[in-house]
Formats: sequence, C-alpha cells, structure tokens
Amino acid sequence: MSASPANPAQELPAEGAELLEVRNIAKRFGAVDVLKNISLNIASGEFLTLLGESGSGKTTLLRLIAGFEQPSSGEIWMGGARLDVLPPYKRRVNTVFQNYALFPHLSARDNVAYGLRVKNTPGREINGRVEEALRMVKMLDFAANRPSKLSGGQQQRIALARALVNRPQLLLLDEPLSALDANLRKQMQSELKSLQREIGITFLFVTHDQEEAMALSDRIALLRDGALEQVASPREIYAHPATAYTAQFIGQTNLLRGEIRGSIATCGALRWPLEGTDGPAMFSLRPEAIRICTDGKRQTNEVKFRATVRQQFYGGSSELLEVDCGNGQTLRVRVPARGPLTGEHDFVFSMAEAIRVQE
Amino acid sequence: MYSRAYKSVVSVPPLLWVAAFLLLPYALMFAHSLWAVREGIIVHHWNLNNYKTLFTNPVYLEVLSRTLRIAASVTICSILLGYPLAYYLAFHAGTRKELLYQLVIVPLWVSYLVRGYAWKTILGSDGVLNGFLQYLHLTHEPVGFFLYSPFAVVLMLTHIYTPFVFLPIYAALEHIPRPLLEASQDLGAGSLQTFWRVILPLSMPGLLAGATFAFVLSLGDFLAPLLVGGPSGTMIANVVQSLFGAAFDWPLGAAISVGILVITISLLFLSEILEKRWAFK
Repeated sequence: MSASPANPAQELPAEGAELLEVRNIAKRFGAVDVLKNISLNIASGEFLTLLGESGSGKTTLLRLIAGFEQPSSGEIWMGGARLDVLPPYKRRVNTVFQNYALFPHLSARDNVAYGLRVKNTPGREINGRVEEALRMVKMLDFAANRPSKLSGGQQQRIALARALVNRPQLLLLDEPLSALDANLRKQMQSELKSLQREIGITFLFVTHDQEEAMALSDRIALLRDGALEQVASPREIYAHPATAYTAQFIGQTNLLRGEIRGSIATCGALRWPLEGTDGPAMFSLRPEAIRICTDGKRQTNEVKFRATVRQQFYGGSSELLEVDCGNGQTLRVRVPARGPLTGEHDFVFSMAEAIRVQE
Repeated sequence: MYSRAYKSVVSVPPLLWVAAFLLLPYALMFAHSLWAVREGIIVHHWNLNNYKTLFTNPVYLEVLSRTLRIAASVTICSILLGYPLAYYLAFHAGTRKELLYQLVIVPLWVSYLVRGYAWKTILGSDGVLNGFLQYLHLTHEPVGFFLYSPFAVVLMLTHIYTPFVFLPIYAALEHIPRPLLEASQDLGAGSLQTFWRVILPLSMPGLLAGATFAFVLSLGDFLAPLLVGGPSGTMIANVVQSLFGAAFDWPLGAAISVGILVITISLLFLSEILEKRWAFK
C-alpha cells in the first residue's frame, strides 16, 4: 500500500511538522459563545480527536476548519497560509460527514469520483484513482450501487473513499462511526486506524465517545462548553487528568474532596503525606489504582484504609466494587474477577495514584 | 386487516363514480369521434373520416401546432420564472421565506377570469401598458399587438401557471439535505458546479412535475385565447368548443378531443417514467 496514489507524502511537510494552527478562535451564534478562544496545533500525520459532550463546540470547530462557518475572531493557518479566509472548495481539507452525505443520485463510484471531476482531472487519472480508493476501503464490488442500496458500514466506507481520493492534507471526520452498531463500530475503528497509518494523512476526528477517542488517537483535545479543557495523549490524559471534569469524562474515577494541612492530605477517612500549600484540594483516584490488601500490610508509599463492600458489579475479567469507608464516603474499586465478596476488608492504593486535579 | 366485505363496500362508491363520470363520458366521446353528421343530425355510422379530416385539413394541424408551441412557450417561461424563484426561496430567502411563499400563492386565490380581464386591461390599445409607453413618449400611438396575439396568451398563461411550476420545484429543493451541498463544496465544487451536479439533478422530479402541469394545463386551455388571444391566438380547445357549439359537428370535435387526450396521456406517462428514473430515495 506504500505505493498507493492516495499517498500524498511527497507533497506534505515532514511527519511531525506542524500542519494546522488554530489561533485564538472564537465563535458566537447570536448571544451564545460556542467557542471561546481556542488555540490548537495539529502535527502532520497526527490522529487528533476532538472529544466532548454534545454542545461542547467540537463540531463547530470542525466546521470552521472545513469552511462551513466563519470564525467570529481568530485565525486558522495551514501549511504556512491563512486557511479561514478561503472558501471551503479551495481548502485542501476534506470531510467525512456524520450521516455520510453521499449524493443519492450518483453511484458509489461516481460519488468517489465527484471531487476529481469538479476539478477537471483527466478521465484516465480519475478512473485509476477512484479504483485505488475503492480498493483501499474494500468497496470495489459495490462500485455500481447507489447509496440507497448500501448498508451503513458500506456508505461509511464510500464516504471515506470519496474524501481520501482527493489526497487532502487534512481529513476531518465528524462522528463518522456514531450511526453504526457496536460491533461494526469496533471493526471500523480498527480499520480507520490502520488506514490512517498506511496513508499518513492527518486526521482530525470528532467524537463524544471517550473510549473511541482513547483507542484511536495520538492526542485528545477535550472540549468543555466551548473551551479546551486539556490536550494530551490518551495515556497522559488518563493518567494525569488536569481537572476533575477531565478525570470524570475520561474513564471512571473517584473524586476525593479534601484538604492539605501541614503536608498531610486528608479526604474523609483517607490520609497521606503530601507536600503542598495548605488549603482545600481535590484528587482523582482511578478504581483500578485501589487493590484489596489480603495480608493487612502496606508498602511505605501506600495508603491503607478499611471499608465495607456495599455493591459488586461483575464485568467478566474484572469486578467493580462500591465500598463504604465510613461516614458515607463511598469509593469505587476495580479488582480482578474473584467471586462474591462481602463484609469489611483492607484496601490500599499508592499515594502517587491520587492525582491532584483542579475543580 | 379488513374483511373482504368491508373492502368491497368502501371501494364500490369510488368505482361507480369513476365509471359514471369518467369512463362513460370518455367512451361516449370516443364513440362520437367515430360517427358522422348528415344534414345537421348525428348519425351512428361508424367511420374514420373525422380522424382523416383532423390529419389532412391544414387548418386543424396549424391550430394544433400553434397550441403545442404556445404550451411549450408557457412551460419554458414558467420554468425560467419559477425555478429561480424557488431556488431563491429555498436557499437564500432566510426570514423572508414565509412572506414570499405566501405572495406566490395568493394569486391562486384570485379567479382565473379576473386575472384574464386584468391582462385585457393591461394590454389593450387604451390599456395600462400603452398609456404608460405613450406617457414616456416611447410610442406615439397605441401598440396593437400586445393584446389579441399568441404573445398575450403566452403571457397570461405563464402568469397563471408559474405558481404551479414553482410549487413542486420548491418542494424538491427544500427536500435536498443541506449536508449534500456542504459535501459538494468540501469536494471542491463552487456554487455553479454544485448547482449543476447536485441541486439540478435532485430537483429534476419537481421540475418535471411542474413542467407537466404547465404544459398539460396550457394545452387544454380555452379561456386565455378567448380573452386575450384573438383570431391569431386561437388554440385547439377553442376549435373543439366551436365544433361542439355553433358548428354542431360533435363527431369532429370528439375526434380532436381524443387527439388532445392521447397527447396528454402520453405526456403524463412519459413524465411518470422519467420521474421514477430520477427519484433517488
């Protein structure tokens, strides 16, 4: 696949060089601030995900980059030139739309050929590139079908081929998998990821599904109410969430509200030494960071507490416990599957796993 | 779901209606077209002479071809007016959409006759248009060919049928999913290419429905030529009218009617085939 004509590597900045720069972008619809002062860089070849709840502004940011909306203020640059001043049809950006937006009156093949035809590409070149793109998404056998004769997953592939055949510098994907059922979705995630690796085109992917974002992305940009909450790799954002919102949005967590006084952190029944100025503090402690302490001993860097198991949710390879540390303080603990558990037990977690977060 | 008895009970009245008021009259008309008139009386003598007359008498052929030309002109003019209007309303009118839509519809509430007489008032030799042109000193005496000409018929019919063309086109344009237009732009097409490659093909069923309305309704119109057509603007329906009236040649009138019916039905048939081919749901 390295010789694929859809591979634009020779025209692109080197891998890792900056491709897109969003500078202080704001967008207002009437009195509503949909985006507030967003700045974001995307490197060439990167798979970056805009993650957020509905209404967080992620789709609006995508539409600004595609050119379907104009920013209220700020600039967008791509490859050293202003992008936001160009009409959508002059941008070297292509979009995979949420409901695919395939042309119903054209066959799958003609849908894919559309972008090349409007640019007056020679017929022979069109045929070759369309063929290549259809093969890439494994849709050669369905090329003659109208979109209404294709399943959701097949329409998805055609939408992808239709965008990629134009060799965009940047591919925008607006919740492209949200209309698919769970199994197909998992399969398409994996195909999408390997496709992106093969062709090396930069992907900007929008989703509200944090698992999808974690599985696919090089970096995640988490949006909250029109502002960037945190931009980091999936591992980084999971292990070191900057805020309580991030910690809760990405994966499950226990938010511990407490205080630091005299280099001791106190959150209800839990206490451990911690350097820091005195005052209120909040910590994120992942359920899997806590384990059952069978021999009653703890390491020096661990915090031990005693709690009563209230609920147990079986999850196949692991189980989620809801434990009560007294005073109504409830923690969630994820342990390897181990059969029914009741009564009081000792639990421990490493101090370093309690990540201090902003509220 | 429903019993057989119930189904037959509800389907009998409409079937009777169609039989009594549609099939029977058509049968009678067809029978008449094969009869003859002798000394002012219709005789049931089966023959094809009426059709022979229709196809050999240059007068009827000329009126028929003029009728087809007028109907085609009305169709083209209505599309040229109705399509841009529908396009503007569907894509660019914004908040004025509702108001403009009503303004297109309101003329349909006004009687056909009133609108016909309005055109007489506008186009006549002492009418509004001539008065205006003389006031501007563009002409020095009334221009006669405004009224009582094929031009006047086309003008009046275009005025009357443009809303009929507008409506189905507007409905078709409104139904085009807006993301398709964004997708087209995204793939590098400017407004013109998007119109040509996406909007026009997707609005073809509506355009075809509107064109069929305008053509078929114009084809059978006899009031517009009666009011503003004059001798040079006579259409085929006027000939039928006079054959059934003053001329008392019902068989020939019926033969011409059958001819119009055949043209109309073929057109509707053709339009339905094309509409099916261009429907993309």
